Amino acid sequence: MAHTYTPGLAVTPRTVVSKKRILPLSGTVLVEAGEAVTSATVVARAELPGKVHVVNLVNQLGILPEDLPDYVIKREGDRIQQGDVLAETKPFIKWFKTEVRSPIIGTVETISTTTGQIILREPPRPVELFAYLDGTVAEVLPGQGVRVETTCAFIQGIFGIGGETWGTLAVGVASPEDDVTAAHFTSAHAGKIVVGGAFVGAEALARAKAVGVRGIVVGGMHDKDLRALLGYDLGVAITGTETVGFTLVLTEGFGRIPMAHRTFELLRKLDGRKASISGATQIRAGVIRPEIIVPLAPGEQIQGIETGQWGKARGGIKIGDPVRVIRAPFFGRIGQVVGLPSDLQMIPTESCVRVMEVQFTDGSRAVIPRANIEVIEG
Amino acid sequence: MTADPLRTIVATDCGSTTTKAILIEKVGDEYRQTFRGEAPTTVEAPFEDVTRGVLNAIAEIEDLSGRKILDGEKIITPSGAGGDPKVGVDIYISTSSAGGGLQMMVAGVVQSMTAESAQRCALGAGAIVMDVLASNDGRLPHEKIERIRSLRPDMILLSGGTDGGTVTHVVEMAEYIAAAEPRPRLGMSYNLPLIYAGNKDARARISEILGKKTALTITENLRPVLEKENLGPARAKIHDLFLEHVMAQAPGYKKLISWAGAPIMPTPAAVGLIMETIAKKQGINLIGVDIGGATTDVFSVFHGIFNRTVSANLGMSYSISNVLAEATLDNIMRWVPFSIDEQDLRNRIKNKMIRPTTVPQTLDELQIEQAIAREALRLALIHHKSLATGLKGVQQERSISDVFEQKASGETLVDMLQLDLIVGSGGILSHAPRRVQSLLMMVDAYEPFGFTELAVDSIFMMPHLGVLSTVNEQAATDVFVRDCLIQLGTCVAPIGQGAWGERCADYTITFPSGRELVKGTLAFGEVRLFPLAVGEEATVSMIPARSVDLGEGKGVPVERRARGGVVGVVLDGRGRPLQLPTKAEERVRALKHWHASLNLYPPTHTLPLEGGGMGGGGTSR
Repeated sequence: MAHTYTPGLAVTPRTVVSKKRILPLSGTVLVEAGEAVTSATVVARAELPGKVHVVNLVNQLGILPEDLPDYVIKREGDRIQQGDVLAETKPFIKWFKTEVRSPIIGTVETISTTTGQIILREPPRPVELFAYLDGTVAEVLPGQGVRVETTCAFIQGIFGIGGETWGTLAVGVASPEDDVTAAHFTSAHAGKIVVGGAFVGAEALARAKAVGVRGIVVGGMHDKDLRALLGYDLGVAITGTETVGFTLVLTEGFGRIPMAHRTFELLRKLDGRKASISGATQIRAGVIRPEIIVPLAPGEQIQGIETGQWGKARGGIKIGDPVRVIRAPFFGRIGQVVGLPSDLQMIPTESCVRVMEVQFTDGSRAVIPRANIEVIEG
Repeated sequence: MTADPLRTIVATDCGSTTTKAILIEKVGDEYRQTFRGEAPTTVEAPFEDVTRGVLNAIAEIEDLSGRKILDGEKIITPSGAGGDPKVGVDIYISTSSAGGGLQMMVAGVVQSMTAESAQRCALGAGAIVMDVLASNDGRLPHEKIERIRSLRPDMILLSGGTDGGTVTHVVEMAEYIAAAEPRPRLGMSYNLPLIYAGNKDARARISEILGKKTALTITENLRPVLEKENLGPARAKIHDLFLEHVMAQAPGYKKLISWAGAPIMPTPAAVGLIMETIAKKQGINLIGVDIGGATTDVFSVFHGIFNRTVSANLGMSYSISNVLAEATLDNIMRWVPFSIDEQDLRNRIKNKMIRPTTVPQTLDELQIEQAIAREALRLALIHHKSLATGLKGVQQERSISDVFEQKASGETLVDMLQLDLIVGSGGILSHAPRRVQSLLMMVDAYEPFGFTELAVDSIFMMPHLGVLSTVNEQAATDVFVRDCLIQLGTCVAPIGQGAWGERCADYTITFPSGRELVKGTLAFGEVRLFPLAVGEEATVSMIPARSVDLGEGKGVPVERRARGGVVGVVLDGRGRPLQLPTKAEERVRALKHWHASLNLYPPTHTLPLEGGGMGGGGTSR
């Protein structure tokens, strides 16, 4: 049978992260393999085809489409300036001449004698691809992009909004149980990535935007505040293109949920360091989770946090594993696995499922479906 | 049909997350599904080879059945190799929806005509339709072009114009597509497949415009005349191109195609095919629904006409939040027999979205999920009805169901009074802790009229049976009837409304094998359950009140055979359209009473339903 085990999210003080940076269409790679790059380095460039304009010539000239070749002045492939005459009538009296002029600078793409329309294209728009990470070009994919690699501390969130950005980490609260409030954001946070504790509310988000914060990493938030921030109700968990003024990463979920102690401790130790973050989330086949990447110096170790097994195959859940409950009625609580009965057990809904027994930090115990826990990965 | 006798068949469905394998064997004169196995799908890194998951799922069947099917990384065919009857299978077949399934863009000239026909064609072929473009869709030319460019579908279907009609508009759409230079979703190195199924007089111009910019295939016009759709040829081309272009780009599929003894089908196309086959074979009208994590597929066959729709963002995990957004909180909460803080509920739903594999642990969580499922099912059926319509210009008879419908285009073919069977599929329906919960979810969402049978798919083997039906229809229908469907029973729902507690209909149920008949009066606002086992039939006589209709007219008595199931026969006196009290406390009391009448959930506490105490005709919808 398929594993019932839910892989956890990475919270690791040292690992190697490799990112493919691929252009949306073929272009030119600007760096070489082995080259050191920073997050702002342009690694590849492409030209997006220009915007298309459709002009219906026959309607404006009052002619039939098949007669169009007798009236057009420009030909397919011709360069044009704004205001250039594209087609004109040839009356006996010049006074009655009708001209159709180009609304754009660009080229003539097609002239159709079936529809009577001319399709014009603006000049191509350059698109630049940033390295996103401070690291090294590990591989060049000719015409497509590169793979950038970095040794770093790496933390995955559960949900985020907003695209890739980078800045200095600034831990804004004293403990993972603390909320980050509007008062925590000052002008000193402009351009920074602020780390909160358990919760961020609407007022604090508004303040963050006002002071020019680049990113926020926090345990949880209310759905209603997300809705207010986006201006719509997010229906499907595919994010990364939102433009709300900053990138937001939730490490735990929706509601007021203290950030996992290990996550908070790692971020606290990285306070003041440069981080690259992305809010992009896609919870389907090809899962993408939001991330915080802090490049490390060669040989550097973050003291006090054990390097775990993230990214390596693991055998499944074991007694003693640290876990987080990810569904009511114990949502957000953290504990340790103390029992793994192999037989299916009936839960209060009357479903028979595989369960585990978890001991919480206060010493209490509960039986929880295995599907409703997440291993806290190192 | 194949000339060779098939005795042993192994079939897989490669889904986005799980590859499911089933073994079908001929036992005596009939085919039965005997063993099943599943394994994670391996299309993505680190494996990037779909056949790994297929081999793993088949290996599980080997373990369970003791049959040797694999020789290393090959499937042994035919069965009985080396003289051992427990070795090999006669054929391997498969469906696939891995990697997001088949994603298409369709274009036509008039939105409600050729564009809608093209949409029906693509949906019927098992595709997810990303957008429908038409000359009159309200978008400006540059907006259309930008949209085409940004979509990156697997394939485009272009239709437009009747044969011999004007070519201008369809050529215009082709020009827009050419200007957009559309690129395929997978890979940069090949041209996007495009099927032209429009006015045959425009073929030469279409070839000129699109021949170099796309991998163009031309087929028969899917709307040759206004009064007729001809979806078959274009649908067949979609399947061909799905195999040749789309699947060939996905990792491991070339090998998978070489193993399969029949063309690999998109999963929803196979589900549609088995539904169509069963409806035609049994001469019934049916609705099938598959409610998944991300999407809800609805299939219907009415009077032999098959339709399929995909509600792309109505699902129980990835898209659960969208159900809340589309249905609204009030509509979800009307099915929940308790009140809950809105903020708490919204957070819970979002947490399910971001952690989609979790399961409800408490009864209230289960009830909330089932409430959301009702709304997802209801919205998906509304969507389906709007597309499963007759063609414009064709005369349609009006029936009683039309009284409650508002139609956007043509008359809907989905006539709830003529509906014989509802088949539910997907985790929330197939794995509900009590089967009666599945039945009530479908009844609440669909509000069937008159006599309607209900069933659920036991382990989601409809895709396998759909592709099997292309090879051996008998084997597919045998397994569908005997192993695939779990019969829930029959719902009898009078049409009409009345004050709660008033007489709705008198009933007499005559059971088989000497069981004592039951007689009584069904009041408005009541539901009653009469157990009737799978395979048994009872005669149900209903004498409706003067304002109530059971399909033969108001006040006209009706007598019908009702088939049993794991739930039985349900008499639903809640009225059609369904009446729910508007006041919260009355609604909660009514829900608890209905739940108790049907033994829907483990007992908590039950309040009596007081005659007329539910606020009369007040409804929330």
